[in-house]
Amino acid sequence: MAGRAQPVSPRPGIGAAALVAALILGTLAAVALRAETAGGFGPADWAALRFTLTQAILSAVFSAGLAVPVARALARRRFRGRRALIALLGAPFILPVIVAILGLLQVFGRAGWISDILGYFGLPPIRIYGLHGVVLAHVFFNLPLATRLILQAWQEIPAERFRLAAQLGCNGIAMFRLIELPMLKRILPGVLAVIFAICLTSFAVALTLGGGPRATTIELAIYQAFTYDFDLGRAALLSALQLTLTAVAALAALRFSRGDGFGAGLDRALRRWDGGAPAIDAFWIIAAATFLLLPLASVVISGFAGLFEMPAIVFRAALTSVIVAAASTAILLMLALPMATAVATGRYGIVELSGILGLAASPLVIGTGLFILIRPLANPTALALPVTALVNAVMALPFALRILVPAARDVVTRNGRLALSLDMGRKTFFIRVLLPRMHPQICFAAGLGAALSMGDLGVIALFADPQIATLPLQIYRLMGAYQMQAAAGGALLLLLLSMSVFWLLDRGGRWHAEA
Amino acid sequence: MKHLMIAAGLLSATSAIADDKPQLTVYTYDSFVSDWGPGPQVEEAFEAVCNCDLNLVGVEDGAALLSRIRLEGESSDADVVLGLDTNLITAAKDTGLFAPSSVTADYALPIEWADDVFTPYDWGYFAFVHNADTPAPANFRELADGDTKVIIQDPRSSTPGLGLLLWVKAAYGEEAQEIWAGLADNIVTVTKGWSEAYGLFLEGEADMVLSYTTSPAYHLIAEEDASKAAAAFDEGHYMQVEVAAKLAGTDQPELADQFLEFMVSDAFQQIIPTTNWMYPAVTPSSGLPEGFDTLIVPEKSLLFGADEAAAVREQALSEWLGALSQ
Repeated sequence: MAGRAQPVSPRPGIGAAALVAALILGTLAAVALRAETAGGFGPADWAALRFTLTQAILSAVFSAGLAVPVARALARRRFRGRRALIALLGAPFILPVIVAILGLLQVFGRAGWISDILGYFGLPPIRIYGLHGVVLAHVFFNLPLATRLILQAWQEIPAERFRLAAQLGCNGIAMFRLIELPMLKRILPGVLAVIFAICLTSFAVALTLGGGPRATTIELAIYQAFTYDFDLGRAALLSALQLTLTAVAALAALRFSRGDGFGAGLDRALRRWDGGAPAIDAFWIIAAATFLLLPLASVVISGFAGLFEMPAIVFRAALTSVIVAAASTAILLMLALPMATAVATGRYGIVELSGILGLAASPLVIGTGLFILIRPLANPTALALPVTALVNAVMALPFALRILVPAARDVVTRNGRLALSLDMGRKTFFIRVLLPRMHPQICFAAGLGAALSMGDLGVIALFADPQIATLPLQIYRLMGAYQMQAAAGGALLLLLLSMSVFWLLDRGGRWHAEA
Repeated sequence: MKHLMIAAGLLSATSAIADDKPQLTVYTYDSFVSDWGPGPQVEEAFEAVCNCDLNLVGVEDGAALLSRIRLEGESSDADVVLGLDTNLITAAKDTGLFAPSSVTADYALPIEWADDVFTPYDWGYFAFVHNADTPAPANFRELADGDTKVIIQDPRSSTPGLGLLLWVKAAYGEEAQEIWAGLADNIVTVTKGWSEAYGLFLEGEADMVLSYTTSPAYHLIAEEDASKAAAAFDEGHYMQVEVAAKLAGTDQPELADQFLEFMVSDAFQQIIPTTNWMYPAVTPSSGLPEGFDTLIVPEKSLLFGADEAAAVREQALSEWLGALSQ
């Protein structure tokens, strides 16, 4: 096994992974070394850790659990508007946190739409604030991602397997047990780990929806340590705790998600013969769409008036954001493709682990660490945009890997032996076989990366220069200046831009998405 | 990354050659430098008199600003820091990074100002803002006994949040925890910062939001909307005094002094009310803008001295956490 020949070289991927690990751990070390006192945990930190873990686990379980029936329904059904719906489902994920909070509460809040309807029937408003509110918000953010990841795995099952199963007379239950369940077992641990890691670093969402200091997360403690206490040792220690928790979750996920794929297919159009229960599928699709699109509708409605009130500077910020997103996407693909390839050749779980750490790294720690590292060499403010693009790429890397790795693994196992027997060069295999076969996944990852970078405030606030601002930063500035309506307009502009970028990149590679 | 650094190095090098005027770097909070804040006008006004290049750098908020200065230490690029408040003064002085200044002015503050390092440039009172057509409680006890819903900010991540913490402590001392326990069922939620809280209030999520007595002036002057009011509390209102100081390590000490003098002059002070939406530290000769006369004026001003604020913060915070984490 150790000396087995591989059709592609894992070396560039290992290099990229080392680079990412160096960035995440290096910035953490920079912060720790700059500390004046050694940090320690207090009782409040343990309470924060308990709450952080509880909400992250619940959020991951509910997001992934609900995504399974939604993805199954979307995989089985073909209907008009399906493409648009799938693309729109990506939207919650890319909204800036503050916009998403306002949108969610416009629907689910005390004075929200649902409470209004309840009030019409003489019922009290819903109580959204508490642990359930935190989980609801995190499901709002992550259900779409989980659905897309699971849907993609569903669509990667060769159409021939379903044809064969139908020929053998499998009913819906048998088909689920024989084909779909093994697929879910392979994909779900990774999905759970990614969402767990995202929720681990939640701060503003958890605090606001949690209704008060009961909902204190580790990320809040890091923020407090950085700004109000200037206790860098404690910040570094807490950040290390987040990284460790994520690493444990990621390793567990990698361990449980082993298993063989479905082998090669002929890329035929998918046809399913187990057409039962359309009503159930319709229920899941409508329920998910309503849940996810209502808050988006509120963002659109409140933003519409502000769209025409925005000063020109907002449009300049939008252009800056597009440029940053383009750069960030390029960096993302340069890191993610070699890394996914390396993972696909086996034995490189450590590469995948280094990729997932980007999620758990506190943006504050990465930003401050980079600031400490860059300062002796150059003016950090002058580097605000390149640094933002780089950090956004590292933050999007875990998602890109979840999208790319299963596909890369399939290509290597299906086509690797043939390529070796043909004595095909490693570079040729990468360019002529791997890249074309992974086209849809690459486009999806690029679209997601670009949209994420567009919506993320990232580290720009730490490096900000009054003359340069991204759109999310400009939205925060408008809000800070009482201009809530113009800010809502900016949020709508951001939503439209992110969705367009996502749609443009992703549709290039949509697979089995025929309406 | 390497190429980017080289490129950025070249860029900053060329901009340095193009400009041979002395440069004064002022670190401040982000909303000061934003297009809607005082920054752009202040820059224009100061550059008109100083024959220099004023470089404003925005850092998130007052607390993050102090952290940035501590992070950069003695080698900081900043010549002046503008935007700390009285609650941060002690921590700032302890760093030893700030230099005394001789600036004095005829301050319009409701308290006596005597600090040899920090010079105030604006101030305000914290207050709960509500819709003018709904009645508001007259003090914290009445708020706690009633069912008015409020949104506040977290004292661990926001300056107004910390202000409220000290407000209750200054007004009630030993009884502060009891007040917080009473307020627990009035608090809809606690947000990370001011923007989330104010946005939620405008969406109708609560009856009142923690902000400033000057907030209604924004709605009145900028939006011609008189529907917002600040609730006057009879135990007094806690103040926020925003200050600036020169750094000891500055390479432009004269220019920094000139900026601090400029800061308390009419040219700077008249920009403040309608951009930072606070009271100017020195009333400009043109007076306050129309609309400011409609604001409530608290009968009693509360403010801990800098050292006292630093000393009570820890205990007040644990009382707050204890009362609201039940």
